[in-house]
Amino acid sequence: MDSILKQGVVFQVRSEITENPKISESFSSVDEFESFVQMQIEQRIKTLGLDEPWYSPQRIGLTMYKILTLDFGRATFLTSDSGSSDVKEIILEKLPRTILLFTTATIIISVIGIFLGAFSGSRVGSVIDRLTSSFAVISSSFPVWWIGMLMIFLFSFVYQIFPARATPLIPSSDPNYIGSLLYHMTLPLITIVMIGFGSWAYLVRNFIVGIMQEDFIIAKKTIGVDQKKIIYSHALKNAAPPIVTILALSLSGSLGGAIITEAVFDWPGMGRLYFEAITVMDLPIIIGATYILTVFFLISIFVADLLYGYFDPRVRVG
Amino acid sequence: MSSITPTEIKEEFFKNKIGIAGIAILSILILTSIIAVITIPVETFKEWNNPGSWISYPKVAIPVWVNLFLSEKIPEHKILESPKINYDTAENISVTYHQFGINFDYDDFPNDFIYEFSAKYSGSALLQMDIIRPDGIHLKLLSTSLPNLDSNSIHSERIFSTDDSIKKNLILQSDKFLFSLNNLSAEDIVFSKAEKQEPLKGNYIFLIKMYGNNSENKIQESKLIIGGKAFGIMGTDELRRDLAVGLLWGTPLALFIGLVVSIASVVMGLLYGVYAGYRGKKTDEVMMRFNDVIYALPALPFLIILSVTISNSIFVLVGFLMVFGWVGIAKVARSMSLQIKTRGYVEAATMMGQKDSKIVLRHILPQLLPYAFASISISVPAAITTEAGLSFLGLGDPSFPTWGQILHDANVYGAASRGLWWWILPPGVMIAITGLAFVFIGNALDSIVNPKLKR
Repeated sequence: MDSILKQGVVFQVRSEITENPKISESFSSVDEFESFVQMQIEQRIKTLGLDEPWYSPQRIGLTMYKILTLDFGRATFLTSDSGSSDVKEIILEKLPRTILLFTTATIIISVIGIFLGAFSGSRVGSVIDRLTSSFAVISSSFPVWWIGMLMIFLFSFVYQIFPARATPLIPSSDPNYIGSLLYHMTLPLITIVMIGFGSWAYLVRNFIVGIMQEDFIIAKKTIGVDQKKIIYSHALKNAAPPIVTILALSLSGSLGGAIITEAVFDWPGMGRLYFEAITVMDLPIIIGATYILTVFFLISIFVADLLYGYFDPRVRVG
Repeated sequence: MSSITPTEIKEEFFKNKIGIAGIAILSILILTSIIAVITIPVETFKEWNNPGSWISYPKVAIPVWVNLFLSEKIPEHKILESPKINYDTAENISVTYHQFGINFDYDDFPNDFIYEFSAKYSGSALLQMDIIRPDGIHLKLLSTSLPNLDSNSIHSERIFSTDDSIKKNLILQSDKFLFSLNNLSAEDIVFSKAEKQEPLKGNYIFLIKMYGNNSENKIQESKLIIGGKAFGIMGTDELRRDLAVGLLWGTPLALFIGLVVSIASVVMGLLYGVYAGYRGKKTDEVMMRFNDVIYALPALPFLIILSVTISNSIFVLVGFLMVFGWVGIAKVARSMSLQIKTRGYVEAATMMGQKDSKIVLRHILPQLLPYAFASISISVPAAITTEAGLSFLGLGDPSFPTWGQILHDANVYGAASRGLWWWILPPGVMIAITGLAFVFIGNALDSIVNPKLKR
């Protein structure tokens, strides 16, 4: 980590000097110039505290305090659309867009997946069951971003229905902005949902198939409880703990956005931010984004644990 | 689970149609990669990112077989390399004739034509280029003097159809055409009907003559390129690269990445998980917490960081993929070994004083093998798509271009919104087919190992 940070400093100093030719002109020899660059680098490393080992209490304490107050410093290269280079502002600008696209998609996927899965799980061997299973298998081996490219080809080149770029052209102050944004969002949304729901349905189906073989379900069947009621209120509730875990994980994972999908559709969300930050080694942004995503990850795991207790009372005792 | 013997697995497997389909696809892929390795030398493939080696190929050319489905034929890109050669000497002047015949049978004009040659002569020489058209019209294209060379040395040149003197010569012969030649490019005139500006079908003969006063004059290499809009089985991309080469060579690379990553990570995961489960107690606890740490790392961002900072070599990437691949398998292997170690024969072995390593390797691991094979084949597609994804972001190994990199280039040049389907479809289909083959095999194995899913 330290070596990356130091590399970042070296890169920063070099690029600042190359941007300003006057500095390099003012030196007579190459050696002199090099020693000046080296001095600059060392000076900066010292002010950042990088000369001390990472475990020195001073560095750890300072970093902890900064992170707690969500102060990630200033981005080295990237800026938000409004021009600010404050990491917090950049992330706050990108996060809602990712939530809009990927979280919506995840919710749609999980709703479709749960119902389709429960349906086909209760009718094992039926046409719908086979279709769902084979669709799940096939869709899981396609890369989402490739399907995205195909969708762009189909719907914005062959049939010109949707735009290829996912970012609306009109400024956000325009009253039509929301409509235009939703219109631009359709293509990526359809793509993600199309690729995603198959594997969800397959997972839920497998849970349901397992539960449908349990004694209490068979007992309910023999008593004559309605099939629908058995599936949706008894079987599904028993299958809930693993489903909730996956839902929580994929919801928090969706915040990171799919880095590659966002690149295909040019969607300016967290995934793009992450990728751009990594390619130019913009450390404050990488750290900030990772931190925010980790926090969401932990929160969702915690919520999932609480929900476990609700769905499966046995967990509460242990 | 332990009651299944290898022969039973084999029998069950060959009853499963999907499994057989998977094996069939996989063997086709293996065959393709063998063919690729044999027919296309690695040197050609290494030149993938060197634009100089693709210069005689056309830009974004559609695959040739598309012509089969079209009523209006798209002109094919033709590289003619073996001319008919004649020599003639009269009164101290030697003439070398190179004659190219081409059957032009398309409904659109070619993009251009390029004559590429290297000639060996001494003194001065004159190069003349004529064309005899199917309707009998004889057009003089070019007559140019080659630079004066002292002794028998070699002069190489490319003559393009955009050459000004070709244009001038054609305009001088405008009486042979019934329409105005202004603002038309040379290939649009040469390949046009005399009455109307429409492509003329038939046999064209390109005649190249080199005059000189030395009888040893020779054109050593002579190549005529008729630049068309269709080329090869798979077409070409924006950088004139033959996509068939990239697609063929992508197969062994993808199989290599997928198999190495999945086998290595399954073996690592199995050993790790089984050992943790077998030892139990504190060892188990420590090992599983370490496992959790790796499990919680977001794989893709980490892979991007690693490939940006450390190296984008394909072998290093394979290593990184392994680091993130073994975690899930270790968890399952641990819980399985927890069950197995309570069995009588393991306890008996322990009581007999066998070594831990022997118990793990001889008594517990073999029980997990069916599961291991299933998870190897299930984790192959993930490895392939992850590598393709990284390459797609432009972080792949440039010396070993993969399907992902072809798609990356396609995305950079906006192939999707320009409708260049032959650049997008085949690489993705190949990725998907390779993935599907392994998923099929994996599912077939999985339904044998976990009979619960079958019902």
